[in-house]
Amino acid sequence: MTRFTNWISQIVSVVLFNLQTIPTRLGSAVTAAVGIAGVVGVLVGVLAIAEGFQRAMTVSGSPDVAVVLRTGADSEMTSGFTREETRVISDAPGVARGKTGALTSSELFVIINLPKRSTGTDANVPLRGIEPAAYDVRGNVTMVQGRRFETGKNEVIIGSGAARAFSGLDVGKQIKIGENTWDVVGIFTANGGIAESEIWTDAAVLQPAYHRNDNFQSVYVKLESPDAYQAFKDALTTNPQLKVKVLRQSEFYAEQSTAVTQFVTTIGYFIATMMAVGALFGALNTMYGAVSARTREIATLRALGFGSGPVVLSILAESLLLAFVGGAFGAGVAYLLFDGFQTSTINFQTFSQVTFAFRVSTALLLQAIVFAAIIGSLGGLFPAIRAARLPIAAGLRET
Amino acid sequence: MKFLPLLWAGLGRKKLRTALTLLSIMVAFLLYGFLGAIKEALNGGVAMAGIDRLVIRHKVSIIQTLPESYKARIQSMPGVDAVSYQTWFGGIYQDPKNFFSTIPVNPEEFLDMFPEFILKKDEKESWMKTRTGAIIGKALAERFHWKLGDHIPLQSPIWGEPAGQSLWDLEVVGIYDGAKKSTDTTGLFFRYDYFDEARKQDKGQIGWYYVRVKNPDDAAAIAKKIDEEFANSPYETKAEPEGAFAAGFAQQIGDIGTIVLAVVSAVFFTILLVAGNTMAQSVRERTEELGVLKAMGFSNGLVLALVMMESCFIAAIGGFAGLGIAWIIISSGNPVPGLLPMFYLPTNNIIIGALLAIVLGVIAGVFPAWQAMRLRIAEALRRGG
Repeated sequence: MTRFTNWISQIVSVVLFNLQTIPTRLGSAVTAAVGIAGVVGVLVGVLAIAEGFQRAMTVSGSPDVAVVLRTGADSEMTSGFTREETRVISDAPGVARGKTGALTSSELFVIINLPKRSTGTDANVPLRGIEPAAYDVRGNVTMVQGRRFETGKNEVIIGSGAARAFSGLDVGKQIKIGENTWDVVGIFTANGGIAESEIWTDAAVLQPAYHRNDNFQSVYVKLESPDAYQAFKDALTTNPQLKVKVLRQSEFYAEQSTAVTQFVTTIGYFIATMMAVGALFGALNTMYGAVSARTREIATLRALGFGSGPVVLSILAESLLLAFVGGAFGAGVAYLLFDGFQTSTINFQTFSQVTFAFRVSTALLLQAIVFAAIIGSLGGLFPAIRAARLPIAAGLRET
Repeated sequence: MKFLPLLWAGLGRKKLRTALTLLSIMVAFLLYGFLGAIKEALNGGVAMAGIDRLVIRHKVSIIQTLPESYKARIQSMPGVDAVSYQTWFGGIYQDPKNFFSTIPVNPEEFLDMFPEFILKKDEKESWMKTRTGAIIGKALAERFHWKLGDHIPLQSPIWGEPAGQSLWDLEVVGIYDGAKKSTDTTGLFFRYDYFDEARKQDKGQIGWYYVRVKNPDDAAAIAKKIDEEFANSPYETKAEPEGAFAAGFAQQIGDIGTIVLAVVSAVFFTILLVAGNTMAQSVRERTEELGVLKAMGFSNGLVLALVMMESCFIAAIGGFAGLGIAWIIISSGNPVPGLLPMFYLPTNNIIIGALLAIVLGVIAGVFPAWQAMRLRIAEALRRGG
C-alpha cells in the first residue's frame, strides 16, 4: 500500500515539476500546440461543411411524410404525373386528411437563373410550385417576413437561405422569369431544411408559365402516422394505373445528397489524416527535443530514486497537455469561424443550389478533442520511452 | 564539395529529428500537390474554354430546351463561323453512382467545333456509319474498361425509353483523347439523329448551342446580337463566351471549393511553420560547434553557406519527395470520377512547389545562419559551458 501511494506521489511530483518547466521551453511547446491546433481546426472546419449540408438535407425529412415520383426518376426533375394520377395517389389508404381533404401537395419543380449575391454570377435556383396543403404536409414552414402568396396570383415566397444567397429576392421586389413577372411577398424558414433554398409559388400559376398543361412532377403526402407508410406504398406500387416509386421524405433527401456529402467527407477525412500525420511528426519532434534538452534533469531524477514509470507519465502528460491546449484552441477558432457560416453549393443530383449553414456540433468537437488526444499521446509516447530507457550514468554526463 | 561529409554529419547529428522533419515537409508538399489537383479540377472548365466559342442557352435556365431551328438563324449572322448543338441526355449506366456525361451531337459539327477532342480517322468514319455509335473519352474507357465494339446500355430518366426498345443501346466506335492534359475525357457522345428519332417527346428541341466566331474580339458583340435576335420570342437566349459560362458554373460550387482550398493552404503553412522552426532550432543548438568551426578558421561566408545548405537540403528532399508521391497518387486515378471531370497535377504547380521547397529551406536557414555567421567565437565557445 505504501509502495502504491509512494508511486502516486512520485508521479504527481514529477508531472508537476515537468509542467512547471514548460515556460523555459516555450518556443517548441508553442510550436507543437500550434501544429495540433491547425490539425484540429481543419478537421472541424471541413467536417462542419459535410455536417451542415447533411443537416439541411435530413431535418427536412419527417417520418410521416412520403414523396411519390414516377418509376425510374432519380429526382423530381425527371419525374412527371398527370392530374389524374395525382388524384389516385391522394385517394390511397394511409393519407392523412385535414378540413379541406387529403393532405397531399402535387408539386412542380423547375430551375431558374438568378445571380448570386456574393459573386454576381448565375446560379441554378429551384422554383417549386405547390398546392395549398403543402404547408400542412411539411409542417415546419414559418413565415418570417411578409405573407404567404395568394392562390392564382403571380406571387412567390422565398426560402430564407435563397433570400440571403441570391440577388433581388427581397419582399416587395419583382423577379422576371421568362415572359412572367412575379411579386416577392414573403420570406419563410423551414427549420434549416432544404426548402429554405427554394422559391415557392402556386402550382396552378406555374403550370401555364412553363407550358406544363395540367402536369405535376411529384406528390408530397402527409401520412396518418409513420407506420402507415408501408400500406400506402404497397397500395400505390401494386396499383396498375400507376408507375410510381414511393420514398419516405428522409430517404428521398438522403438519396439526393449522397454525392455532395461523399465528396466533402472524402476530401475532409483525407486532408485531416494527412494533416494529422504532419502534426504527429511535429509533436514527436517537439517531445524528443524536450526530452533531449532535459536529459540531465531526467537522469538526476532517476538517480534520486524516481522510477521510470513516473518519468514516462510525466512526459506523456506534457504532450497531452500541449495537445489539449492546441486542440481546444483549434476547435474554438474553427467554431467561431465556421459555425453557422452561410453558404450555398450546387447539388448535382438536382442540378440546383442548396443553401445551408456550416455546423460545428458537439459530437464534432468531441471527435476533434479525441483526435488531438491521439496525436498527443502518440507524440509523447516514444520520446517518453526513450527517456525512461536512458542509462542514468550516461545521462548525467550529458551536457 | 569537400564539405559534403560535414553537411552529412550535421544532418546525422540527430537522425531522428532529421527524419521527422523530412517526413513532415514531405506530408506538407503531398497536400500541396493535392491542393493543386483539386483546384485544377474545380476550375477545369475555365481552362478548357476556347476563346472563340460562345455558349447559348435558354435564358430562364439551362434545363430548358431551345428549338433546333435556331441553328440556321445563328449560322447566318455575320461573324459566326460554325454552330453546333448539344443536349443533356442524363444517361445512367446500371446505377446512378456510375455517373458520366452523355450528350447527343452531330459528329461532323461536333468534332469541328472541338478540335481538342482527338479521334482517329478510321474511328471517325465508323462513327459516321454507325447510327447507334458513340465515342467515349479515354478516361471513361479506362474507368469502365470499355473497348471498341462494346455495347453500353443506358437508361435516361429524362427522355425515357427509346422508341421500340427498353434501353438506349450504344456501341463504342471510337475512343477520343484530349489534345491537352486539361481536356475532359470523361464523357460519352452519341449521334443526335439517332437520339432525335428514338426519343418520344420534345423532338427538334436541343439543350444549348456552341457558336464559333471568326474573330475572338467580336465574341461579346456577337453574343449580344444573338440575344437581341431571339428577345421576346418564346425561347429567349442567354449567350456568353464559353470561359464566362464555365467560370459561372464553377461559381455554382461556390464557397465550398474556396474553403477547401483555404483550409489546405492553412494546413500547408502550419506544417511548414512547425518544420521550419525545428530546423532553425537544430542550428541554434549547435552554436558551440559552429564556434569551433570558426575558431578553426572557417570564414563567415562558409559557415553561412554550410548552415543554409543543410536546411535547403532537408527542405528540398522532403519537398521533392512529397511532390513526387502526390504525383504518383494523383496519376493513379480520380477518387471521385463522377464529380471531378479531371484529376491531374498541373506542371505549373510542380514547378511552384519545387520553388516553394527551396524557399522554405532558405527561410528556415537564413536567420540561424545569419546568427551563426555573426557569432563571436569566444562567446560561442563559452556558451557550451
